[in-house]
Amino acid sequence: MAAPLVLVVLVAVTLRAALYRSSLAAFISERVEVASPLSAWKRVVEGLALLDLGVSPYSGAIFHETPLIIYLFHFLIEYAELVFMITDVLTAVALYLAIQDYNKVVFKKQKLLIELDKYAPDVAELIRTPMEMHYIPLKVALFYLLNPYTVMSCVAKSTCAINNTVIAFFILATIKGSAFLSAVFLALATYQSLYPVTLFAPALLYLLQRQFIPIKPKSKSFWLYTMQYAALYLCSLVVIICLSFFLLNSWDFIPSVYGFILSVPDLTPNIGLFWYFFAEMFEHFSLFFVCVFQINVFFYTIPLAVKLKEHPVFFMFVQLAIISIFKSYPTVGDVALYMAFLPVWSHLYRFLRNIFILSCVLIVCSLLFPVLWHLWIYAGSANSNFYYAITLTFNIGQVSRETRRTFTSC
Amino acid sequence: MGLLSDPHCRRALSRLVVRLNTPLCVLSYVAGLGWFLAMALPPLAPRTYMSENAMGSTMVEEQFPHGERALAYARDFAAQKKKAGGIPVAWLEKTMWGLGLEVYKQPFARTLPFPDESRERYMVKGTNVYGILRAPRAASTESLVLSVPCSEGTQNSQAVGLMLALAAYFRGQIYWAKDIIFLVNEHDLLGMEAWLEAYHDVNVTEMQSSGTLGRAGAIQAAVALELSSDVVTSFDVAVEGLNGQLPNLDLVNLFHAFCQKNGLLCTIQGKLQRSDWDTLPAYAHSLQTLLLMVLKQGSGRPQGDHGLFLRYHIEAITVRGINSFRQYKYDMTTVGKTLEGMFRKLNNLLERLHQSYFFYLLPSLSRFVSIGVYMPAFGFLILVLVLKISLLGGGPRPGPRGLHALDLWMQLNKCEAASAERLWDGDQGAAHAVAEEPRPGLLALVPPLLVCHAAGLALYLLPVLGQRVATQHFPVSEAEAVVLTLIAIYVAGMALPHSAHRALPGGGSDRGWMTLKLLALLYLAAQLSCAALLNFSLGFLLAATMVPAAAAVRPTGPRLVLAALLVLSTPAVTLLLGIFLHRELEERPAGLAEGWQLFLQALAEGLLQHHLYGALPFPFLALLTYPCWLLLWNVLCWK
Repeated sequence: MAAPLVLVVLVAVTLRAALYRSSLAAFISERVEVASPLSAWKRVVEGLALLDLGVSPYSGAIFHETPLIIYLFHFLIEYAELVFMITDVLTAVALYLAIQDYNKVVFKKQKLLIELDKYAPDVAELIRTPMEMHYIPLKVALFYLLNPYTVMSCVAKSTCAINNTVIAFFILATIKGSAFLSAVFLALATYQSLYPVTLFAPALLYLLQRQFIPIKPKSKSFWLYTMQYAALYLCSLVVIICLSFFLLNSWDFIPSVYGFILSVPDLTPNIGLFWYFFAEMFEHFSLFFVCVFQINVFFYTIPLAVKLKEHPVFFMFVQLAIISIFKSYPTVGDVALYMAFLPVWSHLYRFLRNIFILSCVLIVCSLLFPVLWHLWIYAGSANSNFYYAITLTFNIGQVSRETRRTFTSC
Repeated sequence: MGLLSDPHCRRALSRLVVRLNTPLCVLSYVAGLGWFLAMALPPLAPRTYMSENAMGSTMVEEQFPHGERALAYARDFAAQKKKAGGIPVAWLEKTMWGLGLEVYKQPFARTLPFPDESRERYMVKGTNVYGILRAPRAASTESLVLSVPCSEGTQNSQAVGLMLALAAYFRGQIYWAKDIIFLVNEHDLLGMEAWLEAYHDVNVTEMQSSGTLGRAGAIQAAVALELSSDVVTSFDVAVEGLNGQLPNLDLVNLFHAFCQKNGLLCTIQGKLQRSDWDTLPAYAHSLQTLLLMVLKQGSGRPQGDHGLFLRYHIEAITVRGINSFRQYKYDMTTVGKTLEGMFRKLNNLLERLHQSYFFYLLPSLSRFVSIGVYMPAFGFLILVLVLKISLLGGGPRPGPRGLHALDLWMQLNKCEAASAERLWDGDQGAAHAVAEEPRPGLLALVPPLLVCHAAGLALYLLPVLGQRVATQHFPVSEAEAVVLTLIAIYVAGMALPHSAHRALPGGGSDRGWMTLKLLALLYLAAQLSCAALLNFSLGFLLAATMVPAAAAVRPTGPRLVLAALLVLSTPAVTLLLGIFLHRELEERPAGLAEGWQLFLQALAEGLLQHHLYGALPFPFLALLTYPCWLLLWNVLCWK
């Protein structure tokens, strides 16, 4: 199985290298769908320039990346293209290994249940054969590496790719059952973009399941393990934040990164839902509505945790989708990460109604984004409503696809 | 989605769509065309009105007195031009200085990718001359442009004369709040492109020019004037710009309003509007005007010098003075007054023109069809593809059949429905046989896709790159070589190996072509929708011709008829028919030989427009529509 993976990686790297050399690279990196104010490479370069001048990179209102990223690129700026290609490959390999491991677990469980004769007779079609499962990890890697969204995000050098790598490693560590590494990567992911904090719940559920600890509020071992994991997570978070403090010797980055994510001051159009509402809204209502919008990301975690207690990996997937839909500065790179998981639940496709229409809707929306952008910004003949209409359609497509998937798995 | 989620509704709907697919498709197509034809009727085309307050409510009194002076300038200019054998730069500079303008000149040069035979030019060198009238009441932050092309021969010298006379008169007025640029551009669109690029300090084509020296703030609006006689009988206005972009409707309204005020006859597409609206001839007349506009907009070619302004977000129109054998003639003073009025109203603008429509079609100058009204016509045509897609949908998905009866998109597939029936009959053996039948994965579609797109790429690149080789080996000129290579590649694409799909196992089955057709239809629907947003006419014309063939194509049945239908729907034939229709509508029908010559000219023109000004129809057709059409051709040739 390693050979096809290597082949896929080679194809993906060649494609990216070719695109870096082409004239498309400049065009793609300017696209608002690919580069958000948070992850645009231009802003990273600006931050680096300020850092080199001995000024705090956060002193301008341009740079919103975390201190660790800027120090990473402080040393690797010459090899930026290489770094982004490597992070993409690492993400794909991590996802590959994680799904391979997960499939083994699923298969074992399925075998046990068959032996115990617990399945109803008419679900025979849903039982997965080893042949099917054999190819799923490869498909996941393929979906991630060759997804046009990922390719564009890599070519635009959007730092979203790095967030994706951290999250992929977090998933790998969780599925391998290493509570320590899982907590560390979760802390890193949270530190990077804040929203992955909601992945705490699925990770905890998965680890508990793996340790065969019953999820009951009365059981002592449940609370003990939860405390342990939370402590590990918080400690690593504190360590990382303190490290950032010592790197820059100031707390500037807290308002500049997390304040920026939460209060959404930059209303550049993107594929998310925030910009249009807040551009239209009166200033004195905006605090309330920022809270309402932000709650969306965190709000669904608890009901989902109750409902999907038995399927923590699926929960993780749904949570990733929710983050990428409702976060304040979404890009197509975020969408690409959760899309990579689609093959894992391919056996559910037959229950997914309208999946074909919804996929077509997403494809057509992706094509219409640049067209309407051109009409609005360059030709001046359309206006922001046209672009926002497509953004809404795109997100409705995503939401209804994911709710269908959630229904079918319940 | 509620309708589609409820299994009963879903089943009923799917049955309806399957049973009545062909009638529904035909109905939808007819509805689309019918809607389009109905757009020339008054209820769908309301009267135009001025939306911009700054131009609507204020009155201006025109006092332009210098009609005779304009003619004197025109005669001088014609004499000087004859003497200089081109644009008389020195004379223009001197005259403009004399009028009190800031004068600049801008030399430019451009080598065409191949010789332009219809205009006889290859290595072009020219000079633009322009004078800026500084506004006494503002700080040069905004400006208006009056541009006049200096074309070959004695053409257009009256326009230069009128422009100079207007400049002389405007100079004496105190109410200007925007700078006015008086521009004489050489080599029509080439000079205009050079000037616009230099003015905005960009270089989007390979134009070489010295940067302009003087600027006058952001240009708010522009009027290009063409006038070749001492008196005019009517004015024609051209609105279609590069890639079918249109100026704000208020600018057209402004022109119309002033023509009416001064009693001038004005036409659009060379058609005078009729006073009656409810008779059949009147309907036919406005339909002709509408069709002409659709054809011109669909060609993506600028219909006047104003066409290039639109790309820079500047509203612009071209105004042409026509001198025909009508009784009432208007002298330069009236014409000057009309232009003066327009400029004074534009001078009153507080912000860019943005109130009125940008997406419209004009069945006459006083009526318009807005985007909300014309989009349904296109929507009905696309609905045909969607209905067909829903019939084929779900084809590519693998997996056992059993529960598919629930899924609309699966059930609609005929062979799957058959296998599902067998499952319901309890015939397990048959079901297994179906399940093990080799399935064309998406991999089987890769070779046809690649081959078709390679053909498209060749069509896009080879004609210009290969002109040297072609002229060395064949006794043709370069321009002919380009056009003939284009046609040769286009036709050769149809003969490409159409059995590429058979290289992979399972590619040759029935499901194979259905999958390919599904893909081609999706591709067509997506690209036509994008095209219709950018240039409605292009999208509509392509949809009207390609949709029936695309919906009907299949490798079984009357293949000859289908092949003929498909060939008739190819973009090249659409272009040819478009040329005949255009000449027919202009009431000077072209014979077969003339039509063919015009077709060759149009091909060369399309290529040149793309290379010189960045027009998009050629790359769109070569890189997207042609490959998509080849995919359909592939479906037809499927074995």
